[in-house]
Amino acid sequence: MDSKELILRRIRSAAVTPALHKRVPVEKRPASLEAFVERVEDYRATVYRTTRNDIESLLATLCENKQCLTPEQFDFFIFPAQSDKDYSHADLALFDTTITMCAVGIEESGTIVLDSGPDQGRRAITLIPDHHICIIRADQIVATLEEALQRLDPTRPLTFISGPSATSDIELVRVEGVHGPRKLEVILLED
Amino acid sequence: MSGGGIRPSMSFSDAARETLKNRTLRHNLGFATRTICSKREKVVAEIADWEQTRTAGSMLKDEALANLEENLLILEEKVVAAGGKVHWAATATQAVEIVAMIAKSHQVSKVVKVKSITSDEIELNDGLAAQGITALETDLAELICQLADDSPSHILVPAIHKNRDEIRALFEAKLGVRAETSEPAALAEIARTHLRQKFLEAKMAVSGANFAVAETGCIGVVESEGNGRMCLTLPEVLVTIMGIEKVLPKWEDVATLMRLLPRSSTAERMNPYTSIWTGVTPGDGPQEFHLILLDNGRTTVLADAVGRQTLRCIRCSACLNVCPVYQRTGGHAYGSVYPGPIGAILTPQLLGMEHKNANTLPFASSMCGACYEACPVKINIPEVLAYLRGKTAKNPAESSAFRAAFWMMSDHRRFSAALKGRRLGVSIVSGLGLVKGWTDSREMPEVPAESFRTWWSKRGQ
Repeated sequence: MDSKELILRRIRSAAVTPALHKRVPVEKRPASLEAFVERVEDYRATVYRTTRNDIESLLATLCENKQCLTPEQFDFFIFPAQSDKDYSHADLALFDTTITMCAVGIEESGTIVLDSGPDQGRRAITLIPDHHICIIRADQIVATLEEALQRLDPTRPLTFISGPSATSDIELVRVEGVHGPRKLEVILLED
Repeated sequence: MSGGGIRPSMSFSDAARETLKNRTLRHNLGFATRTICSKREKVVAEIADWEQTRTAGSMLKDEALANLEENLLILEEKVVAAGGKVHWAATATQAVEIVAMIAKSHQVSKVVKVKSITSDEIELNDGLAAQGITALETDLAELICQLADDSPSHILVPAIHKNRDEIRALFEAKLGVRAETSEPAALAEIARTHLRQKFLEAKMAVSGANFAVAETGCIGVVESEGNGRMCLTLPEVLVTIMGIEKVLPKWEDVATLMRLLPRSSTAERMNPYTSIWTGVTPGDGPQEFHLILLDNGRTTVLADAVGRQTLRCIRCSACLNVCPVYQRTGGHAYGSVYPGPIGAILTPQLLGMEHKNANTLPFASSMCGACYEACPVKINIPEVLAYLRGKTAKNPAESSAFRAAFWMMSDHRRFSAALKGRRLGVSIVSGLGLVKGWTDSREMPEVPAESFRTWWSKRGQ
C-alpha cells in the first residue's frame, strides 16, 4: 500500500463525527480611510494622501536621485523610472525603489494586498529593492478581511503587506527592516 | 541539542531541574513573555466579538478535521491542476527522503529554508545533511539557533532564550563580523548582509505552511522578515511540507484564521507579510512546486476522540507565553520542538503514550487553565492533560484517580455537582493522597465547606 492510501485509510478509520461549521456572513460596512491610514502608520510606514493632479509631483519628490522601477503597466509618469523587462534577480538588486499599484487595502488590519496584476508586476520586483512605494485608490480599501478575500482571486500569487519588513526575534524588540523592503511608503489617491 | 525533533531524551522533571538552574534564561523568558502578553491583550481587546471569533476558529478547524479525507483529496486535485506536485508522507523519514530526492534530481546541494516547525519536527536539516545537502535557515531566530547548534525553545521566537549580548557574541564568533553594538537593529543588519547573496543564488527552497485551502488549492505562509518571501519567490524549485491538519475547507476561512493568528502570536493586528500561492504561475516565482502532506502520527491523534482537538492548533504560541511552567523552565525542558502546554499534549500523542520520556510531559502543568483561555481555537488543553495523565499513571489507584478527575472535569455540570456534593471531590483527593510521589511535593488542600462556584452564584443573587 502506498503512503497516500495508508494515510487516507487511517483517516477513515478515525471515524470523526461529521461537523459542519455555520459560517456567519460578516456585515458589510463602509471602510474608514482614517482608520486605514492610522493602522498603516502604526507599522511605521509613511502614508501620503493626494489626488491625481498632485501625484506626479509627489512621486518626483519621493524618487529623487533614486534608481526606480515600475511594473510594465504603470499609469503615472516618473522620470527616469525603468519599466520591468525580465530583469534578473541580481539586476533587480541594483534598483533603489519600486513603485506599484495594489489590488486591495484592508482597514481592520492596515494591510495592502498585491495580486501580481499588470500594474503590480511579478512578486520579485516589490521584494528585492529596499524601498517600496505602493499606490492605493480610496475605492480599493475595504473594511474587513472577509470583504478583501471576496475581491481577491485566490489562484493568483497574493502578498499581504502590513508595514515594512520587521523582526521581533531578539528579545521581542520590533526592528524594522530585515530582508524585505525596509521602507514602505503608501500613497492614498483620494479621487 | 541540534536538529530539533520531538523525542525527549529525558523526563520533563529531570530536564526542568537542569534548565531551572539557568538564571539568565529565566530572566530572558520572564521579560519576553510578559512583554508579549501585555501587547496581546491590547490587540485582542480591539475585536468586539473575540469570543465568537475563537468559537468560529475552533468550529472551522473541527469541520476541516471531520472531512479531512475529502479536503485533502480536493486540495491535491487543485494543486495538481495548477501545475504543482503532491507527495504523501506517512512518516518523518519518508518526508525527508522526498525532499532529498527532489534536491538530488536538480543536482542541488544547498537549500534555503523558511522557518518551519514541521521541518524541525521531522529533523529535516540533519536528514538532508546525512545525504550531503546543506539546509540554510533564513529566519533570524532559526539562523541564531543553527549557528549556536542549539534547538528552538519557542514556537514563534525560537531564540527567545538568548539575549542580545549572547547573539552578538555568537555572530562575531560564527560569521566573522564585528558588531558595532548589541542593538537588535544592528544584529538584524548583520543577518541581512549574511543572507542576501544566498537568497539571490538559491536554486531550491523548503518551507512549511500555515494553512492550505482545499477549495482553491492555495497555500499560505505567514511571516515578518521577508525571508519567507525571498524563499517562496526567488528559487526555481519550492518544496512545502505541511501537516495534514493544516487544511482549511474554504477560502473565506482564511479571514477567521488571519484575525486570530497574528494577534495570538506576535500580538499584532497583522504580521508584515503573508504569501499565498497556488501551484506555479508562469513568469512569477518558482516554476516547480512540490507539496508534501505529512502524517507522522497525526492520524493517530485524529482517532482519539478526546485528543483530536489538539489538531486544531494553529501554532500561535499564545499558550506558551501565558504558562507559569513554560515561563520558568523554558522550551528546552520539553525536549521537543513543540514546547509549552500545546507541546505537553501534542508531543506524547504524536509519539504514542508508551514513549517513556514524552509520557512525562502531561505532568508539566499546574492545571491553571491559562492556556485554554489564551488558545484562539479553544483547545481544552487542561482536559487533554488530565486525560493523558490517566493513560500514563503508573499504578491502578493513581490511574483511576486521574480517570475520575478527567471524567469530572470534562463536563461542567458534573464538575459543579461534584463540588457541591463534595463527595466525588473528596474521594478523588483522597484517592490521590494514597499515592506516594504525588504527596511528596504537594500539600493536599482541605476541601472547603462551600465551593467557589456556589459562593459566586449565591453572591450574584
